[in-house]
Amino acid sequence: MASKHSIKRNFKVFVVLFSLWLSYGSQSAFAQASAVPTDAETIKAGESLFKQNCKACHSVQSRVVGPALKNVYDRKDLPWINAFVKNPMKVIKSGDEYAVKLFDEYNQIEMTGFPSFTDEEIESIMAYVKDQTDNAVVAAPAATDLKAEPAASPSSYVNAIIIGGLVVLVILLIVLAIIISKLRSYLKNTELSPEDQEYIAKPDGIFAALRNKALIGIVIAVVTAVVTKATIDALFTIGVQQGYAPTQPIKYSHKVHAGDYKIDCNYCHTGVRKSKNANIPSANVCMNCHSAINKGATTGTEEIQKIYDAVESNTPIEWVRVHNLPDLAYFNHAQHVEVGKVECQTCHGPIEEMEVVKQYANLTMGWCVNCHRDTEISTKGNAYYDKLLKIHEGKGSDKAFTVSENGGLDCAKCHY
Amino acid sequence: MEIKKQYWKGLEELSKDPEFVKYADKEFPEYLPTNSPTGGEETEAGSTRRDFLKLMGFGMAAVTLASCEAPIRNAIPYVNKPVDVDPGVPNYYASTYMQGGDYASVVVKTREGRPIKVEGNTLSKISQGGTNAQIEASVLSLYDKERLTGPQKGGTATDWAVIDKEVTDKLAAIAGKGGQIKLVANTIMSPTTLKAIEEFKAKYGNVELVQYDTQPAYGITKANQEIYGIAAVPNYHFDKADVIVSFDADFLGTWISPIEYTKGYSKTRKLGPKKKTMSRHYHFESNLSLTGANADYRTGIKPSEQGKAVVGLFNAVAAKTGGTSISGGGEYKNLKKAAADLLKAKGKSLVVSGSNDPAVQTVVAGINDMLANYGATITLNDYSNARKGDDAQMSAFVADAKAGKVDAVIFLSSNPVYNHAKGAELAEAIKKVGLTVSTSDRKDETASLTTYIAPNNHYLESWADAEPKNGTFSLGQPTISPIFKTRQEQESLLAWSGNTTPYFEYLKDNWKARFGGGKEGLAFQSFWDKCLQDGVLETPAEPIEFNATIDVVTIDAASAASSIAKNYKGDGFELALYQKVAIGDGTQANNPWLQETPDPIAKTTWDNYVTVSLSDAKALGITEYEGKSIKVDLTVNGATHRLPVVIQPGQAKGTLGLALGYGRKNGGKVANNLGFDANPLVGTLNGAAYYNVTTGVNLTATDEAYQVARTQTHQTYMDRGNVIQEATLAAYQKDPMAGRKVPMIATWQDLEDGKVKSTTLSLWKGHEYPDHHWGLAIDMNSCTGCSACHVACVAENNIPVVGREEVIMRRDMHWMRIDRYYSSNEEELAKADGMVSRLAALDIASENPEVTFQPMMCQHCNNAGCETVCPVAATTHSTSGLNQMVYNRCIGTRYCANNCAYKVRRFNWFKYHDNTQFDMNSSMNNDLGKMVLNPDVTVRSRGVMEKCSMCVQRIQHGKLEAKKEGRRTNDGDITTACASACPSDAIVFGNMNDNDSMISQLLRIKNEEGDYGIDKQVHEERAYTVLEEVGQKPNVLYLTKIRNKENNESHA
Repeated sequence: MASKHSIKRNFKVFVVLFSLWLSYGSQSAFAQASAVPTDAETIKAGESLFKQNCKACHSVQSRVVGPALKNVYDRKDLPWINAFVKNPMKVIKSGDEYAVKLFDEYNQIEMTGFPSFTDEEIESIMAYVKDQTDNAVVAAPAATDLKAEPAASPSSYVNAIIIGGLVVLVILLIVLAIIISKLRSYLKNTELSPEDQEYIAKPDGIFAALRNKALIGIVIAVVTAVVTKATIDALFTIGVQQGYAPTQPIKYSHKVHAGDYKIDCNYCHTGVRKSKNANIPSANVCMNCHSAINKGATTGTEEIQKIYDAVESNTPIEWVRVHNLPDLAYFNHAQHVEVGKVECQTCHGPIEEMEVVKQYANLTMGWCVNCHRDTEISTKGNAYYDKLLKIHEGKGSDKAFTVSENGGLDCAKCHY
Repeated sequence: MEIKKQYWKGLEELSKDPEFVKYADKEFPEYLPTNSPTGGEETEAGSTRRDFLKLMGFGMAAVTLASCEAPIRNAIPYVNKPVDVDPGVPNYYASTYMQGGDYASVVVKTREGRPIKVEGNTLSKISQGGTNAQIEASVLSLYDKERLTGPQKGGTATDWAVIDKEVTDKLAAIAGKGGQIKLVANTIMSPTTLKAIEEFKAKYGNVELVQYDTQPAYGITKANQEIYGIAAVPNYHFDKADVIVSFDADFLGTWISPIEYTKGYSKTRKLGPKKKTMSRHYHFESNLSLTGANADYRTGIKPSEQGKAVVGLFNAVAAKTGGTSISGGGEYKNLKKAAADLLKAKGKSLVVSGSNDPAVQTVVAGINDMLANYGATITLNDYSNARKGDDAQMSAFVADAKAGKVDAVIFLSSNPVYNHAKGAELAEAIKKVGLTVSTSDRKDETASLTTYIAPNNHYLESWADAEPKNGTFSLGQPTISPIFKTRQEQESLLAWSGNTTPYFEYLKDNWKARFGGGKEGLAFQSFWDKCLQDGVLETPAEPIEFNATIDVVTIDAASAASSIAKNYKGDGFELALYQKVAIGDGTQANNPWLQETPDPIAKTTWDNYVTVSLSDAKALGITEYEGKSIKVDLTVNGATHRLPVVIQPGQAKGTLGLALGYGRKNGGKVANNLGFDANPLVGTLNGAAYYNVTTGVNLTATDEAYQVARTQTHQTYMDRGNVIQEATLAAYQKDPMAGRKVPMIATWQDLEDGKVKSTTLSLWKGHEYPDHHWGLAIDMNSCTGCSACHVACVAENNIPVVGREEVIMRRDMHWMRIDRYYSSNEEELAKADGMVSRLAALDIASENPEVTFQPMMCQHCNNAGCETVCPVAATTHSTSGLNQMVYNRCIGTRYCANNCAYKVRRFNWFKYHDNTQFDMNSSMNNDLGKMVLNPDVTVRSRGVMEKCSMCVQRIQHGKLEAKKEGRRTNDGDITTACASACPSDAIVFGNMNDNDSMISQLLRIKNEEGDYGIDKQVHEERAYTVLEEVGQKPNVLYLTKIRNKENNESHA
């Protein structure tokens, strides 16, 4: 019995050694990169795994919480990567030189292990990383139209024209007045008939003009019109808080999190795809990363400490609400983001550049309705719209299938 | 030969009261002062110039302020977000509603961890997804700030440790000297609670559980005990009965298990091209009850005649089946006919009686036995646990307590001092009991007399199980953690028994032992999770032992008959006490939603009163106009009470009705001193509680004026007919169009043929509905008028309660009302007109009129009158057929309400939220109450119009779910609050664009080529729209009422 047992064990040891030798051999024989699969399907599987599990801390091109993953398969071999991903601390504790170095370099932050991953899954993630490494897109500058101030509206042109016209008129008037006074002073020094003298003796032109009823009427009308327009404009801005950027209890920077570290919006705003509320993350979501990261780039430990205080004292953080829709309007994030495939930035602006969040859009009903008029429904891959799209196309209209074409201007879409 | 009928909502309308006629075309009868909620005199002078300037100045200041920076609003996330809760996403939990013996399996909708709506659980074989008014309203009772916030000792707050220690010590001392300990409860149908009580009994020895019911079925359980040896209410199968005869059993409203019975009953009342038969229902009663109103044949009898009527039917059936007749039978209208029909439907008929007298129930059992209904429409092995109260035991307890024999009493959420006939005696006797404890949720009439109060949780905060029927189980889970420092009573009992297991563990262990089938660990956990998710569990009924097999059972009807002959005596006026569907026994009397729900028959709110028949009223000189009447002096057994009075058509001559559940003293702010407490008038007969007083009753008119808040003549149609369309079954079988009135209009085009259908003419081209076309179909033949939908609508749509005064001013805010029409034969009236007098004709018409219920809400007209007159386009038409109301755009001209043919628009005369003048509107006037508000529906402000939105928030939610999953909406995914609540499936909501949807199938909608493209055509002959001739083309269709009668008689 015993001998049989030991033979078995010996055989196992031999197999392990042999395979190790093989893998070592293959490593030295071929470039590691070629071991990474390159078929599209695997890449796609890897992409989804990467986005679900890795993206919060890793980016391919740049260092985020953890190192950039570019060329990682060249740095270490696949078995090492597999072992590290499944249980990083085990590798570090085993005294692996590279692992320990990494661990120290990243302030001894533990990477979450993924013991449930199979080797194939990790390989697929590598495939995605390789795909991203090889086909690195030169990061396009953030959509420029977002940064640009909203284009001047027609009403501002009208204002400019009116003001310009008024200026020209005033200059004309002054010139005319000067000419009249010159002529008058010339006539004073000239011999004239009594009728002409009487005519000249009449009151001065400007004062006469001031007594002109027609002119007075016109001036009053113009002034009234301008004041009314200004009042109406002012009234329309009541309650509109575009640009509102209140001081928050924690100096949280979207620029750092969403911009520099490229953390997906969904990671914190968990409700955005399933609920009417995007949800401000609860402190336990912050702690996912900040249990390890206790020092920020700009504010040091001061601001992050506030999260710890909140968690320890079990008191929620009272953020100041930036976007305040009135209660009479119903807005649903899931409808827009999940179904409508609208980007966060469309309404919230270049949030990834904001140190302090400000209200980007004016959030008026006109703004909502205009978007509903212009935006084409994202019907692709959604069977809800198949029949509706057919009906719309059947009408032979050349109008796009916009939200408003599908009842997007119904009052009860938002008001109930 | 069609007989023309006259429909009337109230006697004012029938008698053509001059005042009524004068104001019939007005929405509000008189000029409405609006400066104070009471319309008080101080505003007589109207607004002055100074008032105008003041308001103007305030307005300017307000605008200036509003233009300044908006106030800072915070967004406060969780510290630790619970995994299951996503702000903005509702969660649904199956649970169990139990109140006394009333039961329903429910699904509770929660938002951000707070329950906001209770709906029926369709998986339940008993409640089958239906609810009733009290269940729908129960969610508001959870947020009642007048519940106790913690345990009390001697009227002051204490903590649980103190209570537990003192109660345990005292109980131990009492048990030590062998003293009597009593637990007093209403029916307990929870097996685990009973187990906990057993444990308590085991610990203290001389413990007795005394159960009583506020609407007892002791007569039935006692009779069954004697006949079959099983003291239980049998399982009645109304769905299998072709002929139903009921003696005063309000089985659609309040009797034993009304939701289940309504589900069954309504199945027999459905008609369509494939089913042209329906059940026939005879009803014998004194007050016009909900069930009586739905009967095909109704006979008014006096309470003292009930026994005789039952014996009369027994004899009539016995004569044909070879049984021995018994003595003391009476002859009543329709009784012979009922017997003949019953005999024709042997084994497919059902006779029930609401009597609590075992003798009467014995005779009823005899009739059912002769008709071979046992085993068919009545089964005993799956008996009901809904009523276990033992009147004799309760009486014995009160007697013992009075004699000072009881040493300790624990009232388990029961309130006998208020709702038991011997409450007053008990209140005195309690003082003689050494240890008194109550687990009531508030300091009610009983709890305020006990030393200790260990307040129970609300059912939405509790773990629970139930066995409503033998073999059918139900689980209840909490949907919110206890709001106050309360503890569920089972846990208290366990604590006092020395068992510190939390009740959840105890319950789970009990289920494991009972249903686990040896499963352990994960296997049991998944079974448990499934039960919890479903809320219900069916197991084979446990076999029960009968005295004998049912076939050879001998029913001693003869001695029962002699007991009846001995006990029933009538003299002068007879008083019949009843419960209303909304208020019930008054346990939820502090719930303003229920108080403002109009009684389905009398259309009264906020009050109880004496109901009298018109002829008796005339004899006494009582008149009534829209609730304006006098108070009467009701003398019962020597004691005189001054009460409001209501003249009730259909009230049996010589009888008076009075509702229980009112006159609470310690029920809460809303409930207290509202109406009169009739419980002390309950008597005893044959050892059982007797809810009638047949001798020593007198009624006299006084000159004290009083107005009951009645809604019955509100919202008039301005004398337009055709609103109710009905036929007899025979006529319907011959011609499905029977009873339909199709208005025809003469046009210049069709001079040759004469006229065209009014619906073919329109000024408008109609609307395109590419996506959905929502509609409602309401079967007036199934609708019982139970008002579950009404309260469901209030809960779903944040509808304010306006209070008694405002209801009198016709300013009730209910989006849906259930119109109740009486009808009478016009020919008979005309005859009487000529022969006798208009007044005599009134007597005939109101003696026993037919009743029709018509739920009425916004009809979502395709050519809506309201839309065209709104000056600010605040009400518009949607692309899916909804008539939309935009509150923030409305400026309150009320043109729309004026132009609405259906009178379904409601104007916010006041700000009903955050307004101390509307304190009773507790869902909007305190922070706790506000937790019940549906966050998806705006709370409307003063000065805007509102109306039924067809639950657009539910439609939008259902559509979004479909879009998120990338599919079309499925039929049944989306339903309105009213349709979901309906226990008779009378309301069907759906997409009329989908030819396979239930509503399209029901209405047999087909797309046909019309004048302007494809038109939907309704092919169901019974379907019609109200006021078709007005041409507004509603999206709500009604199905005609069909009565199973021989000929078109006007008397029910």
